[in-house]
Amino acid sequence: MNILSFFVLIPLLTIAGIAAVREMRQVKIVASIGMGIQFILAAVLIFLYITARQAGSTAEMLFIRDYLWFKTFNIHYAVGVDGISVAMIGLTSVVVFAGVFASWEMEFLTKEFFISLILLATGVFGFFISIDLFTMFLFYELAVIPMYLLIGIWGSGPKEYSAMKLTLMLMGASALLLVGILGIHFNSAPNGGPLSFNILEISKTRIPMTAQRIFFPMTFVGFGVLGALFPFHTWSPDGHSSAPTAVSMLHAGVLMKLGGYGAFRVAIFLMPEAAHELSWIFLILTSISVVYGAFGAVVQKDLKYINAYSSVSHCGLVLFAILMMNQTAMNGAIIQMISHGLMTALFFALIGMLYGRTHTRMINEMGGLMKVIPFLSVAYVIAGLASLGLPGLSGFVAEMTIFVGAFQHPDVFHRVITIVAISSIVITAVYILRVIAILLLGPTTNEHFDHLTDAKWYEKVSTVTLISFVAFIGLAPFWLSSLIGGSLYPILSKILAFNPF
Amino acid sequence: MSLGNFALMRHELLLTGAALLILIAEIFGTQEKRRSANLFAIILFSVVTIAGFLPSPSGSLFGGMYEVDSVRLIMKNILNAGVLLILIQSVTWLKKEENHDKINEYYLLVISTLIGMDFMISAGHFVMFYLGLELATIPIAALAAYDRFNNKSAEAGIKLILISSLSSGTLLYGISMIYGTTGSLYFREIGQVFTGQSGLEVLGFILFFAGMAFKISIVPFHLWTADVYEGSPVNVTSYLSVISKGAALFIFIIILFTVFPVLVKTWNKTIYVTSILTMTIGNLFAIRQHNLKRFLAFSSISQAGYILLGVIGGSQTGMASVVYYVLVYIFSNLAAFGVVAAISNSSGKENIEDYNGLYRTNPGLSLVMMLAMFSLAGIPPVAGFFGKFFLFAAAAEKGFYLLVTIAVLNTIISLYYYLLIVKAMFINKSDSPVGRFTSDFPTKLALGLCVAGIFLTGFISIIFEAIKGISFGI
Repeated sequence: MNILSFFVLIPLLTIAGIAAVREMRQVKIVASIGMGIQFILAAVLIFLYITARQAGSTAEMLFIRDYLWFKTFNIHYAVGVDGISVAMIGLTSVVVFAGVFASWEMEFLTKEFFISLILLATGVFGFFISIDLFTMFLFYELAVIPMYLLIGIWGSGPKEYSAMKLTLMLMGASALLLVGILGIHFNSAPNGGPLSFNILEISKTRIPMTAQRIFFPMTFVGFGVLGALFPFHTWSPDGHSSAPTAVSMLHAGVLMKLGGYGAFRVAIFLMPEAAHELSWIFLILTSISVVYGAFGAVVQKDLKYINAYSSVSHCGLVLFAILMMNQTAMNGAIIQMISHGLMTALFFALIGMLYGRTHTRMINEMGGLMKVIPFLSVAYVIAGLASLGLPGLSGFVAEMTIFVGAFQHPDVFHRVITIVAISSIVITAVYILRVIAILLLGPTTNEHFDHLTDAKWYEKVSTVTLISFVAFIGLAPFWLSSLIGGSLYPILSKILAFNPF
Repeated sequence: MSLGNFALMRHELLLTGAALLILIAEIFGTQEKRRSANLFAIILFSVVTIAGFLPSPSGSLFGGMYEVDSVRLIMKNILNAGVLLILIQSVTWLKKEENHDKINEYYLLVISTLIGMDFMISAGHFVMFYLGLELATIPIAALAAYDRFNNKSAEAGIKLILISSLSSGTLLYGISMIYGTTGSLYFREIGQVFTGQSGLEVLGFILFFAGMAFKISIVPFHLWTADVYEGSPVNVTSYLSVISKGAALFIFIIILFTVFPVLVKTWNKTIYVTSILTMTIGNLFAIRQHNLKRFLAFSSISQAGYILLGVIGGSQTGMASVVYYVLVYIFSNLAAFGVVAAISNSSGKENIEDYNGLYRTNPGLSLVMMLAMFSLAGIPPVAGFFGKFFLFAAAAEKGFYLLVTIAVLNTIISLYYYLLIVKAMFINKSDSPVGRFTSDFPTKLALGLCVAGIFLTGFISIIFEAIKGISFGI
């Protein structure tokens, strides 16, 4: 059996294991063991991938397995990875692993919670390993639907409203995607021959321009909703703030990356001409996402809302960079996905832990936490600094690469829009530093906070795992960019064939 | 008539035999033996169902009035399997004191409607088709009024019989016009003589379409559905919504593809409009419902709208996806109705609000209901997703992208109200939830089979490919 199929199989076995045990404690142990194995498996995959590349393998995708599933529509169960998907799988396994430990204190319907959480993870892993549009779509929907229960049952605040809004908006996006995928499929052989759902096969043909003009916007918006494209980002603040900790982590950390990855792998890769022609519309929308998200974060008072708007801003930057369609910017986009995934997961984990202690998420009700709970506070500062792009942490590498890439376009439009997007860095600094100042520094405002306890072992596992990866990417970005860079080349060569820049 | 002819008519003859045996058991059975009436009928029907799957030749009888081929066989088998599930689900309800004296009537009526449907599907001639249709319809009206001391049930029976007569009248008028233009009632002959030019042909087709639309409950001919579904006993409602509708859809596509291929442009337009209306109106009305049976009635109306997407292109893929979707729909809807029936039997509650907090008291039933809702909404990995995807793909193949877009947006509306049920069961809290109870063996068996069907019919591609292999298009 192929190593990639294990990424779907292990979560499923973990779910079966969770369903089989009875006690709450056993549930957590099974979940952490299962996701631990997944984590190791991801490390093995990265290792195998790098060795295969060093051994001189030049194929576009490695570890390909292809089984015919539905002959009528030429639907295959096809898996394969390149450097980008390997990086995304690595990210997912880290975030899920940390997420399991961040929800260690879950006591209400524990079993159901972990089953839904890991089902969500199954969908995400499946999405990243698929190279067949049908299976990709199947896994996408599989990842979205457990969110409804996760937010609706275990959430806080207006959870039922948020859960419904999030599910309907994301499924609405998937409706557009479905039409987009069917459109791509039935135009995948303009010169005759069998129609295909396989991304690699479709990328070898040229979809007719009339079809591209219809289906590119559909597919891009379909994925863009998940990547918080303005004006379809409204599910994100509500959803994130109502979701329980681990779900916010997975959602902002990984699920939103499905949008960026899909927009890149499906919309732009398969329909580069329409992407080139229509990119200006989406560039404007994404730069609005970037700036508007940042401004939104400045005025919020709830920690989760701040972080949710900050995610809108950062994920907008991913789509922004992808639309720049050159090597540097796209490289930056992928690093930004990984970097944002890690640091936003860290943020949400910390917010969950703070909330568990202070029972509030309003920043003006907190203060002086640095003295009481130094470990969590320092971790929060690190996450904040990564988010505002301090050199040495992952955010800097990503944003720097994106803006350098974006500025390579010589024309006025791209330069102006890049400058607009760059302004978000300043705004980010405003809201991050403001939160850190109010929340952590100064005197303790509430005497109840004097007796708070610092992080427990499982919380340390969760935060340290995430921080070490954030720092690792910040200090040694060349590992990640060389993993990505080689795989970007075939994609870029297809894009550049139509886009002379 | 030789012995081989008997083999051709296997489904109908076996069902008739089964009906007669049940009748004999009813007449000669003593009071004690009647207790095992349920077991006897179900075993008998299982034998009939299994015998239906034995390989069989194709051919025609009575000079072409009756036709059998592999598509029709698989349609009949799908219906048999669905009816078997319904019969197993009905046991708990039939065991109740008030139904004690009329258990066998239920089985007799169900089987005779099924005989009618089988004849209807096998028709090669409009008169045979009409006979089958009437045989299928009249006993259902009796079934709807089965709970005869309940006003709503009696009302449902009357409404159904009135509407059926009206639709049969429309249908017959259409058939007479077709006969007037072509001089024949044989499907094959009409298909050859039809030119598609004369207005009378189109009018005949439209009237035929309207008659069928009543049976399938396509908007604007759907108004009877909710009332009849609400009034009938739960198991009869499930019979109406899956078997009756499925059979009508089957013969509808067969007639469209064999009799009216030249009118393809006309019926594409008709179906285009009615499909959009059906799914949108079905969905919008479903949101407002409180009674689960009414809710499922409107949901089944919108499902019919999606199914029309498979019909519209007239392609082989389209036909395959319609038949496949009906199969998936049978499992999903019967799972939903099974849960509704179980809860209605134990507590008499049928409203959505009564399902609040159901997961705390009855986790198993809630999970089955959730799966059924997801399958109806078309969420992976359950079979409904595959079914919908293939229907949409069949329409997209013919270039109806706008229609597909409208349909997928409609599935989002439908997702909203299906999620409302999930929300009631899992999220809402209730002061007086449905009490904890253990279902008896038949209910568990039927629900187990439905869940297995919901999971397996999707993943196992052989099922779809087998249906595709024998389907035909224009």
